[in-house]
Amino acid sequence: MPGDVNMARRSFLRYTGMGVASVGLLAVASCKKNDSVLPKKNLAAGNGIDIGSGDVGILNYAFALEQLEAAFYTQVIATPWQGMSDTEKECFSTIRQHEICHREFFKVALGANGIPGLTPDFSKIDFTSRTAVLGAAKAFEDLGVQAYDGAGYLIQNPDYLTIAGKIVSVEARHAAYIRNLVNYGDYAGPDVIDANGLNNSSTIAQVLAIANTYLKTKVSASNFGYTA
Amino acid sequence: MNLFNIIEEIEKVDPEFNERISPRRAAIKNITSFGSKVAVAALPFALGTMFKKAYAADTAAVSVTDVLNYALTLEYLESTFYNAGTAAKGLIPAKDASYIADITDDENHHVTFLQTVITQLGGKPVTAPPFDLTAGNGKGNGPFADVLTNYKTFLAVAETFEDTGVRAYKGQAPNLVGNQVVLTAALSIHAVEARHASAVRYLRTTSGFAEVGVWINSTTGLGNDTGISLVNGNYNGEDNVMQGGVDVSKLKDDGGKPIGQIDAAAAFDEPLSMSDVLALLVGSFIVKQ
Repeated sequence: MPGDVNMARRSFLRYTGMGVASVGLLAVASCKKNDSVLPKKNLAAGNGIDIGSGDVGILNYAFALEQLEAAFYTQVIATPWQGMSDTEKECFSTIRQHEICHREFFKVALGANGIPGLTPDFSKIDFTSRTAVLGAAKAFEDLGVQAYDGAGYLIQNPDYLTIAGKIVSVEARHAAYIRNLVNYGDYAGPDVIDANGLNNSSTIAQVLAIANTYLKTKVSASNFGYTA
Repeated sequence: MNLFNIIEEIEKVDPEFNERISPRRAAIKNITSFGSKVAVAALPFALGTMFKKAYAADTAAVSVTDVLNYALTLEYLESTFYNAGTAAKGLIPAKDASYIADITDDENHHVTFLQTVITQLGGKPVTAPPFDLTAGNGKGNGPFADVLTNYKTFLAVAETFEDTGVRAYKGQAPNLVGNQVVLTAALSIHAVEARHASAVRYLRTTSGFAEVGVWINSTTGLGNDTGISLVNGNYNGEDNVMQGGVDVSKLKDDGGKPIGQIDAAAAFDEPLSMSDVLALLVGSFIVKQ
């Protein structure tokens, strides 16, 4: 019957998984069912901000982490430890550029829905020590990967989810690279991968609790169960 | 559904398939009869391109078990590859034995994990199709004929598998929107594949085989930065700098300069659809039955 053929053909088209529409981020940033609460100054916390809710909240969460990472690598390059090799300089300069790409992308894509610029606080990191800087870089990259992996399911818009996916694998490449620089062969370890070979993932609350220790501007996610 | 008899499967459900791809079908025949290394590598990509042209955008998602079985198939390929590599005498230098063994363990764990999840969801895990690690479609003498005797070739194939694996998982994320358990697991494997990709790229460079970054440094019009032109198709589109309607290459860095092509493309890894990935692998690394 023609009907059967059409049905079968439809399921084939479905199966091919092709052509998932890629609509401009700005074009679809609002008017969705899960319409988002705009991020706002968290007055109760004094000097903090809140990421908001819905997909915009998650994108602001990512934006906050990218701001933190970009600021960190900018500091690494501005005050290099004594004896930083050319390879290390190139490594950190390029990673900094990637993080700036991510930060600037979110800034433009979120526009008026975006959180403001955050003020970092790196007073706990000794930028004159190679060991300290590599250790901090490793911690930031591993945290970033766990943050994206843990928040992916909260994103409702498939295009936003894909963009998050495009970024997290680059963060994972960074993480593995820095870990290799710290300890050759330790591109992944039991501290970040479980017995099934899965990268650990973290909740927004877990990630922000750590991230906020490096931020003067405290970031809250009141709609996701975390207030700084 | 048998994932691997692509054209036959399409013809069963889509009688117009011949018309859609005609007159390109004659071109495929010519390519296969060619028998050269270039032609073997070019075939899967040519198929992928045609599929894109032959079908309009699809609107509905595939099932979760379909996605997982597809992922399982790719993990079978990777685990088969690394298990064969670690078993091959004299292939992997002693200094890298534990480095490669760790990747091998991860891939084996992914296979077991996916089989378990598929079963738990009430699905039936697919069995592994026959593979040809030389990309010779079962002949064993494909363009990577010395993959298990030459470490340089082994790492080149490893890099391609890992980078392609990252793209494949990423491409399926939209089919798992909102699924906390399965999407989170898929993203978590995706991240591990990206760690592997970085690790293998690092190894290629430290072994003196190639100077590649641990991320993909695509130039405009050429996604592939590996120096292995045979796998250009696996990197097709990695040079993209448009993200959600924003041209990232034109954004300014902190010095006020445009970010530019290389960093803008490297900062975002690109997805591949299921049909594109299968078209790249079936008929070369996955034996077309």
